[in-house]
Amino acid sequence: MAELALASPVARQSRLLAGLKRGGARLWIGAALVAVLVLAALLAPAIAPHDPLEQDLMSAQLPPAWMVGGDPAYLLGTDSLGRCVLSRLIYSARTAVAVALIAATLAALIGVALGLFAGSFGGWVDQLISRLIDVWMAFPPVLLSIVLAAVIGAGLTSVIAAIVVVDWTRFARVVRAETMVQLTRDYAAAARVIGMSRAKLLRLEILPNLVPLLVTLLAVEMGIAILVEVILSFVGISVSGDTPTWGSMIAEGRQIVYQAPWIMALPIVCIITSVIGLNLLGDGLRLALDPVQRS
Amino acid sequence: MTATLAVEGLKVAIGAANVLRGVSLALQPGEVRGLVGESGAGKSMLGRAVLGLLPANATIISGHIAFEGRDLLDMRETERRGLLGRRIALIPQDPMTSLNPVKRVGAQIGSLLRHHLGLSKRAALTRATELLTEVAIREPDRVLSLYPHEISGGMRQRVLIAMAFACDPGLVIADEPTTALDVTVQRQVLQLVERLRRRHGSAVLFVTHDLGVVAKICRSMTVLHAGRVLEEGQTADVLARPRHPYTRALLAATPRADRPAEALRPVPPALIEQLWSEAHRLDQPAIAGPA
Repeated sequence: MAELALASPVARQSRLLAGLKRGGARLWIGAALVAVLVLAALLAPAIAPHDPLEQDLMSAQLPPAWMVGGDPAYLLGTDSLGRCVLSRLIYSARTAVAVALIAATLAALIGVALGLFAGSFGGWVDQLISRLIDVWMAFPPVLLSIVLAAVIGAGLTSVIAAIVVVDWTRFARVVRAETMVQLTRDYAAAARVIGMSRAKLLRLEILPNLVPLLVTLLAVEMGIAILVEVILSFVGISVSGDTPTWGSMIAEGRQIVYQAPWIMALPIVCIITSVIGLNLLGDGLRLALDPVQRS
Repeated sequence: MTATLAVEGLKVAIGAANVLRGVSLALQPGEVRGLVGESGAGKSMLGRAVLGLLPANATIISGHIAFEGRDLLDMRETERRGLLGRRIALIPQDPMTSLNPVKRVGAQIGSLLRHHLGLSKRAALTRATELLTEVAIREPDRVLSLYPHEISGGMRQRVLIAMAFACDPGLVIADEPTTALDVTVQRQVLQLVERLRRRHGSAVLFVTHDLGVVAKICRSMTVLHAGRVLEEGQTADVLARPRHPYTRALLAATPRADRPAEALRPVPPALIEQLWSEAHRLDQPAIAGPA
């Protein structure tokens, strides 16, 4: 019997490849879009053609270079103060990426910890955390962020804090439910029977089983974090006014949308592609990471 | 000599239902005991009670479970955890789901060895290779690097058996380890358990509803029905001269190759009636007590 089972070639080195194949086109497109976003953020000073704050009122509201009246020096045109739209888009990616990474990670840490806690202890601990999540989710999230950002004051830290405070529930809820499911599985009982403590059981046995789920959640959360940052900077309570952000660009473009629609359209395109990229990457990674390939 | 496992008057209830109604059982070192009974007789519950794996809504009403003279129910949690997996091991029922799906076989055996024997990562891997060789797995190094879903059910059961005997346990509880396997694999698994038991000198509590399995590897057996012990003794005696009518009925229900198939003779309803009314009578004091 052992011989039979071994006869099927499960080549070891192809496992990584098989994983990548399972991820499919979603994985590759997602990874490419996210890579572009991250590279733009990292290399902003090197690749931006102009200083994003440099004003040139003589060439204000120039259309993109390929349109009539465009200037090749300003590839995507200029805004109403004559600042290079392309450079501002690139520099905005820095804020977006920073917020997405830090806020989503912190929200995940808090949410996963509380979710594991609630899911494994049950009883009043679970009741307490679950009710807290319910109460939390009853608030409209964007409103809560705006209030928080307004209370703590503007700035990158307060944007991140606002997102973390609002969005940890997303992780906590899912992790709690999945922990409960995993704990009823036989392997969890088997681990308890070899004398593992609860902490060790959660860390070594349950958590690895949550990874595919967490990766997806994290990617979706990063997309949401970008959106929340856009909303906050649109209403003007995000980072300080001299840092370009997609949200503030939309707010500025909105006022002259009939004269220069590209100023508003371009940051929107950036936001949509970033969020789609993150979602695709999360989906692809989930498929690629899961060795059992539950579908 | 102290018994390896001594269960005395164990009563366990789930809600209002009594699943064990005063079970007593003693296992000597190295003894292989078959624990048989129909579904719901409480045989799995007994195993779970020893392992501390009773469902959350189950309560132990009275009784003692002692392992090598030490009371498992009075013991501190950390002390009990030190025994589990090292001195008391389980061969689980379903090999398909009892291994962690996202951890390689080697990592799972390794974490057990490191947890109990304090081996280094490398030493654990070497030991894991030896253990797999012991359960007749070819190319153990390769199997260690595979995920559970990449090996067959029989192989998984071998891995679980290897893990159960890894730390020279005094007691192994085998919870219907062959029910999820097909007949040819069953035989190999039984031989394997028997061989490892001899080598490690462990006592085995073999929970099963298969009297054929009991006849093959268990020296003594205990018949459980409705949470009580009906009959107990040397396997040969019990099978040849069953004293209790229930055991006789159980024996008659076993299909055999050496006689033609006949209509299934159900356990006489009157007997079941009688057994349940006796069980009910046993419950009376428990209900009259603080409820």
